[in-house]
Amino acid sequence: MKMTRLISAILALSLLLSCMALLSGCGSDNQIVIYNWGQYMSDGSDGSEDLVARFEEETGYDVVLRYYESNEELYGLLTSGAIQCDLVIPSDYMIARLIEEGYLDKIDYANIPNYKYIMDAYKGMAYDPTDAYSVPYTWGTTCLIYNTKMVKEAPTSWNALWDTDYKGNVLMFRNSRDAFAIALQKLGYSINTTSETELRAAAAELVKLRENWQGLVMDETFEKMEGNNACMAPYYAGDFITMQEVNPDLDYVHPTEGVNIFVDAMCIPTGARNKAGAEAFINFMLEPDVGKANIEYIAYSTPNSAVYDLLDEETKNNPAMYPAEDVLAKAEAFSHWPEATNKLVSELWLEVTNG
Amino acid sequence: MKKLFSALWVGIIFLFLYFPLLVMVAFSFNSTTSKSVFTGFSLKWYAELFSDPQLMGALGNTLLVAVLAALVATVLGTAAAIGIHSYPKRARNAVMNISNVPIINPEIVTGISLMLMFVMVAGWLRLPMGFWSVLLAHITFNVPYVVLNVLPKLRQMNSHLYEAALDLGAPPRRALWRVVLPEIMPGIASGFLMSLTYSMDDFVITRFTSGNFQTLPVLIYTMLKKPLPLSVNALSALLFLMVLSILIAINVISAKRYKKEQKELAK
Amino acid sequence: MKTKKLSVPYLIWLTIFVVVPLVFVVYFAFQGENGFSFENFSSAVKYLPTLKKSLWYALGSTAVCLVMAYPTAYIFSRIRADRQKTMLLLIMLPMWMNFLLRIYSLTIILEKNGIINKLLGFVGLGPFNMMNTDGAVLLGMVYNFLPFMILPIYSVMSKIDNRLLEASSDLGAGALTTLRRVVFPLSFPGIITGIIQVFIPAASTFVISQRLGDGSMLIGDLIETFFIGSYTNFGVGSAISLVLMVLMLIFIGVLNLFDNEDVGDMLI
Repeated sequence: MKMTRLISAILALSLLLSCMALLSGCGSDNQIVIYNWGQYMSDGSDGSEDLVARFEEETGYDVVLRYYESNEELYGLLTSGAIQCDLVIPSDYMIARLIEEGYLDKIDYANIPNYKYIMDAYKGMAYDPTDAYSVPYTWGTTCLIYNTKMVKEAPTSWNALWDTDYKGNVLMFRNSRDAFAIALQKLGYSINTTSETELRAAAAELVKLRENWQGLVMDETFEKMEGNNACMAPYYAGDFITMQEVNPDLDYVHPTEGVNIFVDAMCIPTGARNKAGAEAFINFMLEPDVGKANIEYIAYSTPNSAVYDLLDEETKNNPAMYPAEDVLAKAEAFSHWPEATNKLVSELWLEVTNG
Repeated sequence: MKKLFSALWVGIIFLFLYFPLLVMVAFSFNSTTSKSVFTGFSLKWYAELFSDPQLMGALGNTLLVAVLAALVATVLGTAAAIGIHSYPKRARNAVMNISNVPIINPEIVTGISLMLMFVMVAGWLRLPMGFWSVLLAHITFNVPYVVLNVLPKLRQMNSHLYEAALDLGAPPRRALWRVVLPEIMPGIASGFLMSLTYSMDDFVITRFTSGNFQTLPVLIYTMLKKPLPLSVNALSALLFLMVLSILIAINVISAKRYKKEQKELAK
Repeated sequence: MKTKKLSVPYLIWLTIFVVVPLVFVVYFAFQGENGFSFENFSSAVKYLPTLKKSLWYALGSTAVCLVMAYPTAYIFSRIRADRQKTMLLLIMLPMWMNFLLRIYSLTIILEKNGIINKLLGFVGLGPFNMMNTDGAVLLGMVYNFLPFMILPIYSVMSKIDNRLLEASSDLGAGALTTLRRVVFPLSFPGIITGIIQVFIPAASTFVISQRLGDGSMLIGDLIETFFIGSYTNFGVGSAISLVLMVLMLIFIGVLNLFDNEDVGDMLI
């Protein structure tokens, strides 16, 4: 029958298309899939340089950019098998976890001559002692951002977030690790504690904070703070600089209890289809002028000595990007939690957010 | 009095439905990034929109998937409807119950169930989810709508038509092609259009089955998490304008036809 | 008859892409560390409050939609036929906008510094905290799903003959009695369809609560989290999805007891 023939023709067509998709999926060794944080690479907006476009032009690679909003989401994406990608930029503790669970591939440094620019201080970090899996991208600290016109006095401590005068006016991280860090520091505990009592106490603090917060946010913080829609938000110091350019009423403080100091690094997941391309991209990002353009756009601190040398004095002396010794002395880096703690924190976090 | 109240009520409903959309459209013409203070008229967000390769790429992907999925679903669904129509009642009900599952089930459940299967397949074949999985998922949720659009047309059709064609010596396939198909064409057409719209609009199922493949709704979703450029407003305005003009065209055509019918009735 | 064979490709399709995936969901839901077990369900028990909350939201938004939609549909069904078409198209127009954009449009106007607070400011009110509240989530649901309630109710009401209403009032029934005894029973199938079309997406949404809520999750967010969010756990996610699916099927089944029309046919 003609109809059945037509149907089989259409079915064959769809099969063919699937095959085409298959071919386009594995056939093109030209494509590099990069999963990055939002607002975390100079992309040509606001008069910056479109680095991906430049890379594509120089090398002929075809870059596909996708985004995640937290280390935890990235972990979910990599472990669920939902995506396939060639390059990711997780933070320290997540790198340690991904290495331990076998989700990262070793990097071939023969393809990354520019690695020589990485400062010694950022080599052999605890999360990747042999530097086999990660190349530092940026570093920075968390801070408390506030709107000078909307607070009664400049805050100095994380406690300000719990101040009921600001009910419905403060924001909070929508990821468990950063949120718990703030609660733990408020209580005077280490942000890497594995003590169940301390973590439960922190969760209780977050439950209390729930009454006060307007919402849980990640990059929505930009819009909320720039548009005077909230008075206070903990966020990453580099992003404060970007926000302040839009809204000069904003200011920040490194709270006295201490802050989190982090390193984000470029890594290649196992199963990457285009490892050579990913390595070429890493090398490209370490080029002094590329790194400079990138750092000027995202305003995070650089671990790249050649880039640092190119920065102007104002940037080098900006305490939000390069904090003073006393801030750094009290800043604590995340270390990788054991599986049991990860599980406990996941559960506590769901309790906090589910309320 | 009653009339005034009705008009007021309808006015409020329309204000409710349209106010947010109109604000969004209005600010697409803003000259700065602010979404609450109008600082001056500008078309720069429209220029930005068309020069954004990511948005344009996602738009292309969306159209590609929608057209392919609607085509396959229409053929598959029309054939299925013709077949199901001649089933005995009980078998028909049984098949229709399964067929309606993607319509009745919460979208998120359809999405995760397909994702579970696709991830397994992806693991076996070392073929990550992408265009193929989105296309298959879209066909799957489109076909039931085609079936539901075609079946009533088959029911309305005089069942003796097909038999008469056979009696007059037409081979079955020609009878289907020349007699049945023209009768049910309106159902097929509306099934196709419905598939097209559902496909272009779908976010939930695509979110779970797309891997790195990006359709417009998926892109908008990731954009919603970032400080949004007003080009998204511009995009909305254009979509709004497009839908509005299609609807007005349909309305004008059908109003003309209605008047014609009335005139003929009057004669 | 030979035409039956035409449905074979679709039957195969249904098996592969509808039945098998659901079998996967059931399999993962009952798959524990050592084979068959209920452990996913027992670890999902702690999310019951979230489920309850989602159902309340869904119920609330369905009720609000019904209250808003019923008079609207009635008014539409009683005006001139060519105007009815225009009204209907105006209701469908926002429906055709992508729903993410519709939610985005709500976030713009609800912000603390948004246009509503600006307008209220002119008359000396506010500013109110409207964004990131439970009310905003409810509003988002009503805003998104209202047309899905208006359309089916309208479509049955437009079939009610005006003469029937006239007969009712001629026989001495007041407006309210006519509404209660004539219009309401006749529009019942439309109401049932509307309720199904609003309740199910409202109960399972994950975008509305994320964009408009205060950070607490609904059941849809939870499922999303377990599949592509931060807590990849297909087992628990499948268990929750299975429970949600069964609940929705029961819900539809119960509603259908009141009404014998084929739900599938009504949904379009």
